[in-house]
Amino acid sequence: MTEKIDILLVEDNADDIELAVHALREEKLANGITIARDGEEALDIIFHRSGDADTAPPRLILLDLKLPKIDGLEVLRVVKNDPRTKAIPIVVMTSSKEERDLVESYKLGVNAYVQKPVGFDAFRSIVKELGLFWLVINQTPSPQAFGA
Amino acid sequence: MTAAEYPVESFRGGTIQQKLTRTSVVVILTALVLTTSAVVPYYLIAGRRSIAGELNVQAQMIALNSTSALLFDDERAATETLAALQADRNVLAAAIYTSRGTLFASYEAQPSSATAPRTTIAVPVRDAIRFSGLLAQADQTIIARGRTAGYVHIVYSLRALLVDVVRFLLITAAVLVVAVFGALMAARRVQRDLTVPITQLAGAALAVSRKTDYTVRVPPNHAIGELGMLIDTFNAMLSQIQARDEELDASARRYQRLNEDLERRVAERTSELQVINKELEAFTYSVSHDLRAPLRRIDGFSGMLAEKYGPELGTDGTHFLARIREGTLHMGRLIDDLLNLARLGRKELTPRPTDLTSIVTRVIDGLGRESEGRTIQWKREPLPVVQCDPALMEVVLTNLLSNAVKYTRPRAEAVIEIGVERNGGAPTFFVKDNGVGFNMKYADKLFGAFQRLHRADEFEGIGIGLATVQRIIHKHNGRIWVDAELNRGATFYFSIGGTPA
Repeated sequence: MTEKIDILLVEDNADDIELAVHALREEKLANGITIARDGEEALDIIFHRSGDADTAPPRLILLDLKLPKIDGLEVLRVVKNDPRTKAIPIVVMTSSKEERDLVESYKLGVNAYVQKPVGFDAFRSIVKELGLFWLVINQTPSPQAFGA
Repeated sequence: MTAAEYPVESFRGGTIQQKLTRTSVVVILTALVLTTSAVVPYYLIAGRRSIAGELNVQAQMIALNSTSALLFDDERAATETLAALQADRNVLAAAIYTSRGTLFASYEAQPSSATAPRTTIAVPVRDAIRFSGLLAQADQTIIARGRTAGYVHIVYSLRALLVDVVRFLLITAAVLVVAVFGALMAARRVQRDLTVPITQLAGAALAVSRKTDYTVRVPPNHAIGELGMLIDTFNAMLSQIQARDEELDASARRYQRLNEDLERRVAERTSELQVINKELEAFTYSVSHDLRAPLRRIDGFSGMLAEKYGPELGTDGTHFLARIREGTLHMGRLIDDLLNLARLGRKELTPRPTDLTSIVTRVIDGLGRESEGRTIQWKREPLPVVQCDPALMEVVLTNLLSNAVKYTRPRAEAVIEIGVERNGGAPTFFVKDNGVGFNMKYADKLFGAFQRLHRADEFEGIGIGLATVQRIIHKHNGRIWVDAELNRGATFYFSIGGTPA
C-alpha cells in the first residue's frame, strides 16, 4: 500500500520541529508529516520515495535554509533540477529575511518564501494558510504526466 | 648649455663681431677713398701750378740771357745758356728760335728723336705754358730793344709729379692695410669684451627658456662695464629662480608624498571598511537568523503552555506568561528594526524624479489604523517633484507622519501640516503638528537610535524611526532639523540636497 506523505518538513532544530508539528497538527494537517533533520536526509527521502514505485513523492516540502550537511538552497537546486521532483511545491520557511537568500531561492525556482515570524500565533496562522493553499487549493501535475 | 654651443649660424646678418669688422672696414675705406679723391686732384693742380711758375721763370731767364747771343748771332753762347737747364732734371729739352722761327740753339737732357726740337716753328708764338700728357711745354718771346728777337721753347717732364702721386697712393694703401688690420684687431677685442659675454648670456637665457635649467651661470667679468653688471644681475636672478624652483620641486615632492600617503591610507581604510562591511553583513545575517530563532521558540512554547495549562496556571501565571510573550515579540520588533536600519546603511540609492504629493497621499492612506477614531485635520499643499529614492522617501514620510499622528493623540483635534518653503536653492519640506512636542534641550537626542523622549507607556515606540529618517536624508545629501515646544507641537524640516527634478 502506498504510504502517503503530504508534507516533508526539512528542519534541523528539534524545538522548531516540535512547534511546526504542533501547529500542523492543530490544523489537522499532521497526518502525513515526514521530518528530515538535514539536507542529505531530505534528498534521500525525496529521491528514494520517488524511485520507489510503491511510494508517492511528498506533496509539499517545507524547507529551512540553514541545514547541516547539505544546506536548504542546495536541496532546492537538486529537487528543482530533476524532472521527477520538479513539480513538487517547495516553500522556504526561514528565520532569515536576507535579500540574497530570497533572490537565490527564486532563481532556483522556489514556489514560496516565508519568513518565520517571532510570534507563535502568527506562525500558526501562516502554517494553516500554507497547508490550506498548497494541499487543498493548489493543483499539481502527477510526476508521470510531468514527463518524469 | 655653454655660450659656445649657441647656434651662431642662426643670426641674420652675422654676429656682432662680423658687423663691427664690416662697419670699420667700410668706414676706413670710405675715409681713405674720400681723402684720396680730394687730395690727389688738389696735389695735381698744385703741382702743375708750381711747375708752371717754375717753367715761366726758367723761360724768362733763358730769354733774358739769350738776347745778346741772338743779337750777335752767337750760337755757342745760346747753347751754353740752354745747357744751364741741365740742373733741372725735369727739363727734357729746350730750344731757342730766331724771330723768323728757325732753330738757333737746342738742348736735350738725353738726346732722342722723341725730344729733339723741331728745326722750324710757326711764328709768332704766343707766350704760354701748355700741359699735355706727361709733358709741360713753355713758350717765351725773347724781346731785345723793344722788338722780338726770338723764342724760347722748353719741354718739361711731369714724371716726378706723377711719381709723387703714385707714392701718395701707395702710402694711402699702406695706411688702409694698417687701418683694416687695426679694425680687425679692434673687432676681435670687441668680440672678447662684448660678443663673448653677450653670446654667453644668450646661451644661458636659451637654456633657461628651453630646458628650464636654472643651474646655468654666465662667467662673471668685471672688465666690461655695464655688460658685467648685466651678467651679475642675470646670474643673481637665476640664483633666485633656481632657489624658488628647488623650493617648488621640494614642495611638489612633499605634496606627492602626502598624496601617496593619503591614497595609501584611503586604500587601507577602504579595505578595512570592506572587511568591516562583510563582518557587519555576516553579523546582520546571523542576527536575523540566529537571534530570532530562540525568540520564536520562547513565544511558541509559552503559547503552547498557555493553551494547554492555562486554567492550571491561574490568573497570575497566565499574566506572567502573557508578559513573557509580549517581551518576546517586542524584542523581535527591535531586531527587525535594527536590521532595517543596518540594511539602510548598505543600500544603494536609486534616485529618480519623484512626486512627493502622491507619496504623502499614499502614506496618509496607510495611516488608517493609527488614525482610527481620531479627528485629524490634514493641511496639505502641493509638493514639487524632486530627485530622490522614492521607496526611501516613503519611509521618511511614513515615519514623520505617523509620529505626528502618534504625538497628537491627546489633542481633541489634531492639526498636521505638510508643506514646502522655497527660500531660493533647494526646497525645504516640513511636517508640523500641534502635538505634545518636547523641550528643545533634548533636540540633539532625537535622531539617535533607541533614543526616546517619552515613556513607552505614554507613546509606544522603540526610538528607531527618526534615526532611520535622518540616515535616509543624509544619504540624499540633505539635512533634517526640528523646531519644537513642549505641549505646543513640533515641526520637522528637511531638505534633500539635490536641485528640484
